[in-house]
Amino acid sequence: MTDVREPEVTPGAAADAELAVAPELMATSLSDYLRGSYLRIRGGESGVLPVVAGIILISALFQTLNSNFLTAGNLVNLLIQGAAYMLLAMGEVYPLLLGEIDLSIGYVSGIGGIITAELVKQQYGWPWWAAILVALLTCAVIGLVQGTIITRLGLPSFVVTLAGLLGWQGVMLLMLGTGGSLPINNTTINNIASGNLTPLASWVVMLAIVAVFGGRMWLRESRRRKSGLVAPPASLTLIKIAGAALAGIAVVLICNTNRGPLTPIRGVPWVVLVVLGVLAMQTILLSRTKFGRYLYAIGGNPEAARRAGVNLAMIRTVAFSLASMTAGIAGIVYASRLRSVSTALDGGTLVLYAVAAAVIGGTSLFGGRGKAIHAVLGGLVIAVLDNGMGLQGYSAAAKFVVTALVLLAAVTIDSLARRGRIAR
Amino acid sequence: MSTADTPTNGTPLLELRGIEKHFGAVQALTDINLDVSAGNVTALIGDNGAGKSVLIKCIAGIHQPDGGQILWNGQPVHLKTPRESSELGIETVHQDLALCDNLDIVQNMFLGREESHRLALDEEDMEKAASKTLAGLKVTTVRSIRQPVASLSGGQRQSVAIAKTVLWNSKLVIMDEPTAALGVAQTTMVLELVRRLADQGLAVLLVSHNMNDVFEVADRIAVLYLGHLADERPAKELDRQSVVDLMTTGASTRTAEPAGGAP
Repeated sequence: MTDVREPEVTPGAAADAELAVAPELMATSLSDYLRGSYLRIRGGESGVLPVVAGIILISALFQTLNSNFLTAGNLVNLLIQGAAYMLLAMGEVYPLLLGEIDLSIGYVSGIGGIITAELVKQQYGWPWWAAILVALLTCAVIGLVQGTIITRLGLPSFVVTLAGLLGWQGVMLLMLGTGGSLPINNTTINNIASGNLTPLASWVVMLAIVAVFGGRMWLRESRRRKSGLVAPPASLTLIKIAGAALAGIAVVLICNTNRGPLTPIRGVPWVVLVVLGVLAMQTILLSRTKFGRYLYAIGGNPEAARRAGVNLAMIRTVAFSLASMTAGIAGIVYASRLRSVSTALDGGTLVLYAVAAAVIGGTSLFGGRGKAIHAVLGGLVIAVLDNGMGLQGYSAAAKFVVTALVLLAAVTIDSLARRGRIAR
Repeated sequence: MSTADTPTNGTPLLELRGIEKHFGAVQALTDINLDVSAGNVTALIGDNGAGKSVLIKCIAGIHQPDGGQILWNGQPVHLKTPRESSELGIETVHQDLALCDNLDIVQNMFLGREESHRLALDEEDMEKAASKTLAGLKVTTVRSIRQPVASLSGGQRQSVAIAKTVLWNSKLVIMDEPTAALGVAQTTMVLELVRRLADQGLAVLLVSHNMNDVFEVADRIAVLYLGHLADERPAKELDRQSVVDLMTTGASTRTAEPAGGAP
């Protein structure tokens, strides 16, 4: 080495680099962090903030059009309606992270609902938990079979799961038989969507969730700060915890307001806990386990993952299986809300809403980018649109058109952000 | 990684003895004899089609030679798969680097060999180890090791790919055209890194077209010409013109009388 030079960094390049780095990774103070977030939003790497802003905006719009929109009764109703979309979208996140798609999960969720409804019928008399377990296992096996066909035979997931969409619809019609409807008489199953915690229990559960979430985050990030690892500033950790607490308090306050027209109805619906539970488990699976890490790696660069010794076929198959199992949960919630499963279940529309929800929330269709929380927020957007336009008395036609436009906008943003990254 | 891994003096880390390889009627490699020692940068150069890629693929376990012997620390070895050569401590940094753009530096460096505590990933240990390795190699231009690889410059990406091999305790690092796509400042950065790897006791086999790079870092230069080893000697005994002659004609009149020393 005769000639040792310092690598030169031009101011322009430095600004570009700043855009691409996650703000909490390099910010040392809160003001730095806020500036970094602003730069990232401008650079198309925005995280969840734009979706949250979008939900607030749409809600404000619907409230001005119809003052019933922001009533406690309607908001809780909206959460219950949206739960199935959120759960299905969380299922769809697994294949989307791989850069694949699963079109079958709409009807697979129907199968999950039917199996649950069938097994708790008087003539079989299964306990509710056993029925749910068998339904979810069946859905997981369906996903395993489809995933195996996709990975072992090397067929495109689009075509295999399109066959799944048609095939499982047929199976569903077959199982429902001539009546075309299967009522659910089990109270526990029906209470998933229509039962509530008592107001006191709502507060206790909410405080427990915020305490566990906040405590874990605080411990982890302060430990990282102490050992000199990359960590956000303490003030930001506190703001995040406070945000979670505020959101929790708001949800409980709304849900604890009496929303019964005749008899008083109060408390947080069970289904909110189901969604939060699936969200927590999926978040941990994706961000804290090898399986999650490999999903992102395969979505980002399958060849790199293969060379690193990752078993691509196995990870992909398990991802499809998890997608179908999560769809099974969605199906049970959906059936619980309607207290029955019928041929009216439109798995085609459901799955397209699920893909739309995941993408609107910020999951990339091109693989490698996405989180469970994206699916929940996107599902909320779909539910708000659906509910708000329903209140206005818009036709189904108008709902489809508006949802389409929102989806188109979200995909455009995703695509532009991706192009921006590649150009760098 | 440390000098303790350096084998005893005398035995080269990797010895190729009469390596032959043909694809059908095409003789790709003929009687290649080459020693690669720990602590040295050995440059492997040659024109297109000279057999550089086939040779490194034989060492990396992707191809199996049809004749000859590969000795590792003096022991004959048969490398049937890339995994087997990787287990010995041979890592190849390919031209495409094999990095996941959406993962950060730590995640890329540990990809496939993540440390976990029970079922959860042990992010803190991995981050500390990655940070230590990068600091040891004096890779200091990255702002944060938690930034996604997509946001890095070409030279930084190359550095991450190289640091990954150090982290995994490789003994021989094969680099395929590491500076091919880099600018001047980044080339300097990567070449310094290559030098530092050798100084830390690793053996480096550098495949390159670029004469400047080769003369800047290589201790020894091996020139391939149409599947033969045209010449192999310390870099000091060669100059650019003689290397170009060797690459294009397989012989050089100038090498017979190296400047300032007996042959």
